[in-house]
Amino acid sequence: MATARRPALATIRPLITPEGVDLRIKLADAGTRAAAFLLDVVFIATAAVVITIVALFGLRGLGTGELQPLFVVWIILIFFLRNVYFIAFEAGRRAATPGKRIVGIRVASRNGAGLSVDQVIARNLMREIEVFLPLSIIAARGGTGVADTLTTIFGLVWALLFSLFPLFNRDRMRIGDLLAGTWVVEAPKRTLMEDLSARQQDPVAKAFQFSQVQLDAYGIAELHKLEEVLRRDDYFAQKAVAETIGRKIGMKIEPIDSKAFLTAYYGELRAHLERKLLLGNRKADKHDR
Amino acid sequence: MNAPVTGNAVRGNAVRQSLASFRREREADWKALEALLARVEKRAPRTLSEEELLSLPVLYRSALSSLSVARATSLDAALVAYLESLSLRGYFYLYGARRGLGQRIADFFLHDWPAAIRDLWRETLVSLALMFVGIGVGAWLVASDKDWFDAIIPSGLAGGRGPDASAEFLRGMLYDGDNGFLSGFAAYLFTHNVQVAILAFALGFAFAVPTVLLMLFNGCMLGAMFQVYWAKGLGMELGGWLAIHGTTELFAIALAGAAGMRIGTRIAFPGELTRMAAAAHAGRVAATAMVGVSVMLLFAGLLEGIGRQTITSDATRYAVGGGMLALWIGYFYLFRAVKNGDS
Repeated sequence: MATARRPALATIRPLITPEGVDLRIKLADAGTRAAAFLLDVVFIATAAVVITIVALFGLRGLGTGELQPLFVVWIILIFFLRNVYFIAFEAGRRAATPGKRIVGIRVASRNGAGLSVDQVIARNLMREIEVFLPLSIIAARGGTGVADTLTTIFGLVWALLFSLFPLFNRDRMRIGDLLAGTWVVEAPKRTLMEDLSARQQDPVAKAFQFSQVQLDAYGIAELHKLEEVLRRDDYFAQKAVAETIGRKIGMKIEPIDSKAFLTAYYGELRAHLERKLLLGNRKADKHDR
Repeated sequence: MNAPVTGNAVRGNAVRQSLASFRREREADWKALEALLARVEKRAPRTLSEEELLSLPVLYRSALSSLSVARATSLDAALVAYLESLSLRGYFYLYGARRGLGQRIADFFLHDWPAAIRDLWRETLVSLALMFVGIGVGAWLVASDKDWFDAIIPSGLAGGRGPDASAEFLRGMLYDGDNGFLSGFAAYLFTHNVQVAILAFALGFAFAVPTVLLMLFNGCMLGAMFQVYWAKGLGMELGGWLAIHGTTELFAIALAGAAGMRIGTRIAFPGELTRMAAAAHAGRVAATAMVGVSVMLLFAGLLEGIGRQTITSDATRYAVGGGMLALWIGYFYLFRAVKNGDS
């Protein structure tokens, strides 16, 4: 494998389906998961605020003055709200909360079998301990006016320690993931993109012809980079890449023809490398023979 | 120069043609699978017709085989990525299939919860014993020197109660129905007990040592409070005040401690499994028990918030508390639902 692709490989894990195909799942990175979690917190907080406001107005309408006994019920309600939110969504068909869905990740069982509801419950109850418990202790102490610096620091350090735990293990697991036997993987919804080699029917692109030597200049790693550049459709990037390739294979490219040239070269190079592939020669990159 | 160029183009074209036709022929299947998955992920599978439902695994396998072909022959990275994501979605849908949430909830109450609690019986006994030791120690400490009371019970929780409070004041705390202080205190106590229960569970993985300390200390607090009342001849009355919700709540805390100890001891002594696997294994039993504990604490909270302020007769308080305890014990240890099929 090319050196350029090695960092990405660190988060890829094999997942062999019963049909014997390795699906190579990609673990979600810590930043993505933090973003998903923050989104979820925003959703829950919004729901909690709405419920509280509605309940307050409802009670006022009923003429109930004494709110204190209902405080217990409110605390229980909020506790259930956030736990039901996480558990119900993750136990659902997509195994992801709305936040996770937005960033395109989901929960999966580490052993490759179906994710069970027990696992979902275990990983979410641990979250209660990892994040919500220390914060609610601080909040409760603060509310009754007995929050001292020490408890606050202790609570924050606790929450921080648990939040950073995924950074210190290979599989990016929270304590909850560890106990439940789950991990969080990337599950993006991709759409089928057009086949770039079909673009070669373009008349300008058709005019370019390449020799065997010119096509041997690059390998699969460079081909994939070229594909990225073509799909991104950025004029300056294409111009720069076209110049570099032109220099390497000894062709002079007019800037205006960059895209057509790259399309033509991509098509020819891919066909050339695919033909080699069929014959059993996988030319990984330009250094490969 | 001319000859190799045309030769190249011809040979390249042949490969290109065959790959293009591969994509052309399979594309309809991929699109069909994608559309089906999008539907079943949003709505229940029963919105699919029988035909569509049966075609799902077939389409999934065809996508998998396309993926294998594409990986081996095609260098179109976007195509391979698309097929990988499509296959993964299909895989998760087909092999991630499990019982619905409703069925799971029924199973939990009929079978899993009592089974998990039964499984933890040894740890439960230990944690109850620790709590009783704590009560004994707390009572003895406060009896020997009343300064211990302030050391054991945080002033926020004591709310004026203490060895120096008058008997009337203490009695008033137990029987005054609707006073602002008590309901606020009940809310505080509820969150306090939930926190104790969760902490007892969560700290278990530090080889159960913090859990043991927590159970002892929680017992100490109870013992200290009890001693204060006992000294004023109000022991029975405090018992009633506590019993109405306390049987449920203390039992729940003991079970939470037991669940924590299970995890801690399994990490310390994993047996033949690796520590990680042992923790995961114990984690599942303990988590089931913990869900049950949170249900129990919910009951306790309701009993506390409603029952304690409205029921003021000692006999009724003991009856409710005892009844709840009998109910839990009967449910956990005597009641066995027969799972359909196996025992």
